[in-house]
Amino acid sequence: MPTPNRLGSTAPESIFRSEEGLGVWEHKGKVAAVGVGHSPTARRWDGTAENTIGAWSLMALRKAIDDAGVPPEEIDGLVFLPTTTTGAHWPADRPIPMDIVNAYQTTDDPLDGIAKLTDTWLLKNLPELTNVKFTMAGMDCMSNAIAIAAQAVGDGMANNCLVLKAWHNLEGRYSHGGANAEETISGNQKWSNPYGSANSWGTAQQFQRYLWKYGKTKEMMTPFMVNSRRNGLMFPEGYWYQHRPEELTPEDYAESRWIAKPANLFDNDIPIHTAAAYLLTTAERAKDMKQKPAYILNHAADRTIQRGLNQSLEEAQRSCASTGRKLLEGAGISASDLSFENMYDGFSLFHVFHMEGLGFAGVKEGEGLDLYQEDISIEGPHPVSPSGGNVGSGRTRFWMHTDSIQQIQGRAGDRQIRIPAEIGVSGGPLPLYHADFIVWGASPD
Amino acid sequence: MPKQSPVPDELDQPFWDACNEDRLVIQNCISCDRLQHPPEPTCFGCDSGDALEWREMSGRGVIHSYGVVYDNTVALRIPDQPFNLAVIELEEDPEITLVSNLPGIPLDEVEIGAAVTVIFEETPATGQKIPEWQMAE
Repeated sequence: MPTPNRLGSTAPESIFRSEEGLGVWEHKGKVAAVGVGHSPTARRWDGTAENTIGAWSLMALRKAIDDAGVPPEEIDGLVFLPTTTTGAHWPADRPIPMDIVNAYQTTDDPLDGIAKLTDTWLLKNLPELTNVKFTMAGMDCMSNAIAIAAQAVGDGMANNCLVLKAWHNLEGRYSHGGANAEETISGNQKWSNPYGSANSWGTAQQFQRYLWKYGKTKEMMTPFMVNSRRNGLMFPEGYWYQHRPEELTPEDYAESRWIAKPANLFDNDIPIHTAAAYLLTTAERAKDMKQKPAYILNHAADRTIQRGLNQSLEEAQRSCASTGRKLLEGAGISASDLSFENMYDGFSLFHVFHMEGLGFAGVKEGEGLDLYQEDISIEGPHPVSPSGGNVGSGRTRFWMHTDSIQQIQGRAGDRQIRIPAEIGVSGGPLPLYHADFIVWGASPD
Repeated sequence: MPKQSPVPDELDQPFWDACNEDRLVIQNCISCDRLQHPPEPTCFGCDSGDALEWREMSGRGVIHSYGVVYDNTVALRIPDQPFNLAVIELEEDPEITLVSNLPGIPLDEVEIGAAVTVIFEETPATGQKIPEWQMAE
């Protein structure tokens, strides 16, 4: 395996389609997702061996294999994300529970399977996977792992490739200790920390400028938030469905406490503990599997680097517009071909930037909030975030992919959009970050 | 309003020294004629490390955008919640930005595009001064 970068990724940047003008993806329609597997969700790890993030990863992987109907010995690829934190890190002074560690096959790192993952740990604990020849570590998000696996299957590096993303969440409030609790500050945080910090502030200040620039109001977000929770409550794999089946009313949203105004509590996604896995295969092999293929028509990456200390609205808009052009160009489609969009939403306020960059439903910059005032439901002509995203199901950055696959396969249950689900798009996370996006199709063409 | 004291390093020491003299300097590439902030070992435009200098700024800027922080993660700032947290564009290049609590500007009365001027505020732990911004006269 190649040497990992600082975030543990072993994927060379040449895998990713991060430039405009690359033309139609050479493997368009030749790779498909056929299996989906999810663990349960929990607000936090309960400290038991059966609910470690490693255990739930194994569960999700086995479910994806079973869902696809592939014999385990035919699995020959695994793409995973080494980082599993939602923001909570294992405290240096907290003893590691070795009885829990030793409940599984171990590696040199006792936190492997508890607060991080390696392919070694996963494969040691999946003895039925006897023929995995290709493994690769992605960075951060399921979006990144799917892009790697799609390219790997297309390039012939694997035929039946699993993709896994897991998130652990521990007790306590994260970001409140460490350097944030000190009287002095070093490193990059020295430029901003003295003035205070909130995780959603960067997006909040972009959105504030958006409201000012286009003459919009924060209240125009309400239909999106209500719709996203509604969709989440139709997502049996999600956190709100499983634990807090409460609809979000316009009053709830309006009266929620501020975190970094104009971002309130509901604009910040809730950190949870869970795992999901997919099985990608060749279009040829997909014909014989249990589930209908969700063909991958393109993957595209955003590797834009912001110029200054703070990412501006205008930088985010340029980045999202470029991503939109790359996605459509590589899939050989136009925005009007999209049946639905599942762009990232955690934080909720930047979903509109992604949607406008894509040109979904014909929206241009400054028009996204206007679309929210129309019918954006799954019953309507332009379903916005039918997954409900992180708003609707908790912080994972993968609901959008599960939903896109299930929409294309026609098995999204109560969330199934009423118009034919022909082509959809999902991906993220933030604009101007290490972001990756996928175009899904019901047809390979 | 106590704030964390930035700890200078070899690269950014001139920035912080200038702050202590009530001057705002920003790293500039002579060959590209391009400002960059935060400072880097090389120019982001031409990758040169030899052409970097520190250029003194006018100290004038405008409010690019802002948020009002009610639930922040830096312990020293918690007693002052809620507070303004704004992005300031420098007059010399609006893509070069710093942040500010906009002292003297009430919450929810911030005007995007308003002119501001730099002041320097001492931080308690080390006495290091940091840039702050207030409404222009």
